[in-house]
Amino acid sequence: MSLGVPRPRPRLDRDNRAFWTGGGEGKLMICRCGDCGQWLHPPQPVCRACWSENVAPQPVSGRGTIDSFTVNHQPWMPGLAVPFVIARVALEEAPAIYLTTNIVGCPVEDVAVGDAVHVAFEEEDGIFFPLFEKDT
Amino acid sequence: MARGEAYITGIGMSEVGVRLDRHPLLLTLDAVREALADAGLKPEQIDGVATYPGKMPSFLGFSPVSSDDVIEALGLSTRWHLGGAEMTAQLGAISAAAMAVKAGRARHVLCFRTVYEAAAMANPTDYPPPRRTELTGASQWTAPFFAISAATWVAQYATRHMARYGMTREQLSEIALNAHRNAARNPRALVKEPLSAEKYFFARMISSPFCLYDCDRFTDASTVVIVSAGEALDEVTAPPIRIAATAGSVERYSWDQAEWPGSYPTGKALWERCDYGPDDIDVAQFYDGFAFHPITWLEGLGVCGIGEGHRFIEGGTRIALDGELPLNTGGGQLGAGRLHGFGFAHESVVQLRGEGGARQVPGSPRVAVATSGGGPMAAALLLTRES
Repeated sequence: MSLGVPRPRPRLDRDNRAFWTGGGEGKLMICRCGDCGQWLHPPQPVCRACWSENVAPQPVSGRGTIDSFTVNHQPWMPGLAVPFVIARVALEEAPAIYLTTNIVGCPVEDVAVGDAVHVAFEEEDGIFFPLFEKDT
Repeated sequence: MARGEAYITGIGMSEVGVRLDRHPLLLTLDAVREALADAGLKPEQIDGVATYPGKMPSFLGFSPVSSDDVIEALGLSTRWHLGGAEMTAQLGAISAAAMAVKAGRARHVLCFRTVYEAAAMANPTDYPPPRRTELTGASQWTAPFFAISAATWVAQYATRHMARYGMTREQLSEIALNAHRNAARNPRALVKEPLSAEKYFFARMISSPFCLYDCDRFTDASTVVIVSAGEALDEVTAPPIRIAATAGSVERYSWDQAEWPGSYPTGKALWERCDYGPDDIDVAQFYDGFAFHPITWLEGLGVCGIGEGHRFIEGGTRIALDGELPLNTGGGQLGAGRLHGFGFAHESVVQLRGEGGARQVPGSPRVAVATSGGGPMAAALLLTRES
């Protein structure tokens, strides 16, 4: 509830469960092809590069950089605390994979493209939302 | 006129407003009546219907009328119809209609887009808003972070352009200022007055760098375009506008995984399908759901280089009605209303026919490009006047 209202929740299914619950063990889980090494996000049961079905979620470091961001000022739902930062984070191991997320733990004006960030999970009722904080 | 070609032969539009009481099917009928009268066609001559994104029962305000509804309610007898969201953006419905008439599946296809988002917000009992519990599909990757509106998705591409290429808010503002200036000359536009730079920069932020005037607003309206086969042109009275090429490309169907919005591959693909090029465009109608979109279309279509779009529009003179590339002459969605893609086809035809009145661009334009979308989905039409 860091932004004043409960986060909209994904419905867990066999494709997305590892991503949304991996934070329970402190792990950011991203799908990867076991044959060609391609990272895949959103998770899917086949590699989009080589069509291998040997695909499974794998933990990544949780480190990344801010590819881009926006400071959101519009309360899209009643009670939503604004402003806050929505960002697209490129993951260190997989720079072509982007996670839409929130940058937390710093004033919105301190966020810039290219900033180094790391994952900080926020749990609500069993879903571990991967938010990101700036490295210090 | 060439056999095997497709033409726009009629255009129509309902009242464009905010919180209109009129039933969305009747708004559609208003636009259909006007388009039929424009083309000189009778209802019984319509044998195809196409729409985007089809009726959305979970989000009726976004799309309250299906192709089936129109066929049934207006008593049409059709041989081909289509309505759906899984296509190359809004103008993909017109592109599909062009393919249908070229293939001989229909002679006159009624293409429409009806929007009812403002009215729906005012009447949630009849038009409930989409539910955001238990997200599935693509929205689960954005909505949990309150990236709920496309404003927040497109804004990030705009921020990146600022960081990479030095785009400024002053440059970006030219899109909204131009839209309002042109809308003030369009009697059917939602916006009635030009926008001052002072008012633009005083406006509240929605999602940086987009302020209020960089985002289109919910509108109630219906827009119709009739697409006819070259073989059937002797049945119409309006000057036909040829659909010289269409394109729509998807490289990543995702709002956050794509390195580049769909306007870039789509712009490139359009020129591979015709003998025209970016220098031939006389009038540009580029999707502006958000002010950054037209900049991506300028770059994607090669009017300027990648990372140069903001410099192209700087000062606003190049894109003005009397500039080298008049842009969104009817006001676009930022000025004329969120007609959701179809307004760009409609205005292209108005300009190519020379019917723009106070907003008509000089020099008797012959080549127009209309686009829609610019996120994962994108579509472009190359429209030409040949007489």
